[in-house]
Amino acid sequence: MTRIISTYGRLLATAMGQTLLLALYGLFFACIIGMIVGIMSVLRSRACRAFAAVFVNLIRGVPMIVLAYFIFFGVPYLWNTIMGVGGLTLTALQAGSICLALNCGAYMAEIIRAGIESVDVGQMEAARSLGLPYWRSMYRVVLPQAIRTMIPSIINQFIITLKDTSILSVIGFPELVNTAKNVVAATFMSFQTWAIVGAMYLIVILLLQRAAKVLERRLKYGS
Amino acid sequence: MDRNARSIIHVSHLKKSFKHLEVLKDISLDVREGEVVVIIGPSGSGKSTLLRCLNRLEESSGGEITIDGIDLTDKKTDINKVRERVGMVFQHFNLFNNMNVLRNLMLAPVDLKKQDKDTAREEALKMLARVGLSDKADAYPHQLSGGQKQRVAIARALCMRPDIMLFDEPTSALDPEMVGEVLEVMKHLAHVGMTMVVVTHEMGFAREVGDRVIFMDGGLILEEGTPEEIFLSPKNPRTRDFLNKVL
Repeated sequence: MTRIISTYGRLLATAMGQTLLLALYGLFFACIIGMIVGIMSVLRSRACRAFAAVFVNLIRGVPMIVLAYFIFFGVPYLWNTIMGVGGLTLTALQAGSICLALNCGAYMAEIIRAGIESVDVGQMEAARSLGLPYWRSMYRVVLPQAIRTMIPSIINQFIITLKDTSILSVIGFPELVNTAKNVVAATFMSFQTWAIVGAMYLIVILLLQRAAKVLERRLKYGS
Repeated sequence: MDRNARSIIHVSHLKKSFKHLEVLKDISLDVREGEVVVIIGPSGSGKSTLLRCLNRLEESSGGEITIDGIDLTDKKTDINKVRERVGMVFQHFNLFNNMNVLRNLMLAPVDLKKQDKDTAREEALKMLARVGLSDKADAYPHQLSGGQKQRVAIARALCMRPDIMLFDEPTSALDPEMVGEVLEVMKHLAHVGMTMVVVTHEMGFAREVGDRVIFMDGGLILEEGTPEEIFLSPKNPRTRDFLNKVL
């Protein structure tokens, strides 16, 4: 085990960095997608709600590995067939980020929808009755309360997405699992390598949970 | 109240249906400036719906509502502008849970650029003093009793300097010992000439403070008159029946 760490430690640490980079890109765009689609699903407009429902159901209904293959291979293929040029190629990082953003975004949208719906309608009514427009009321009164209740679910989703980056080893992104496979191939030390990799994920996720707890405590009103 | 004051709320032939349920059938009503109108009636009679139509928290299905000459049923009316002048107090207080008391009071005046922050804070503190809660400026809603919450809610509405105040069963969710403190604030408000429409089950308040009492049942106004007329010699048998049950 110490030999793996001394020889491949650096490589694995870099791979962890790639995993985190991918997760960060994915989560960043997932938050934006989730916020937009989540809010769309509570709007009065039928078209908005229908779009949100189709998006969420579509993404949730497809395994992420299929989504990854589709975005990495399928989309450039389709593009180049139709446009007749060989122009579009996606790097594994780009395709992986899009894939994570869509997948996690769909789940985030559901979390955000549920969070908004968990805020008593009286809060919105009170804000509107004072003359605040809908979006101001949403921004100043409803969303801050919704986000507070959403935090545990969001953190949970973050953790799932962080772990899901490992699926993107299939499109050749040099994240932790992909790199570990190469280490095993070179050393035949599966037990040691996978134990180290598992421990690395565990440490990062425990740290994330710690940070989440602190954040949750910070957001308690009047404390 | 000045008997010759002009009408500030005008409702004629108002109808409101939820899907197939007709909640308001044909409501016509005028409220004069400075008048205190108390609406009583059994639950499900449409009292709250009527009140909520007056600031368009419910869209009417037919008829006409004007607030100080502004037509609420007109889609082009900027409802937010009207709402700035029509305060509302809810049964369940609906204080903004994510803000302390002071910020609850300051939110709308500052956000709608009615006042700058310092003026708004001064005004808010003045309002809190008026409802007897100066020491609660920094408290969060969950730290207050029901009666205190409702007094803050009234102060919050007053910070917008409304011309009209709507009260939707303001004491129904309160423990009995807290009803008095809220009614006291409302009485004071009536005495300084605020135009008020109050939906309530507090018959004592209706009698003492109301200029006019309206009895509603089944989506219709069945009887209206001075508190003496309604409470001492109700004409409609349904009114009599209702009053027998609640008094």
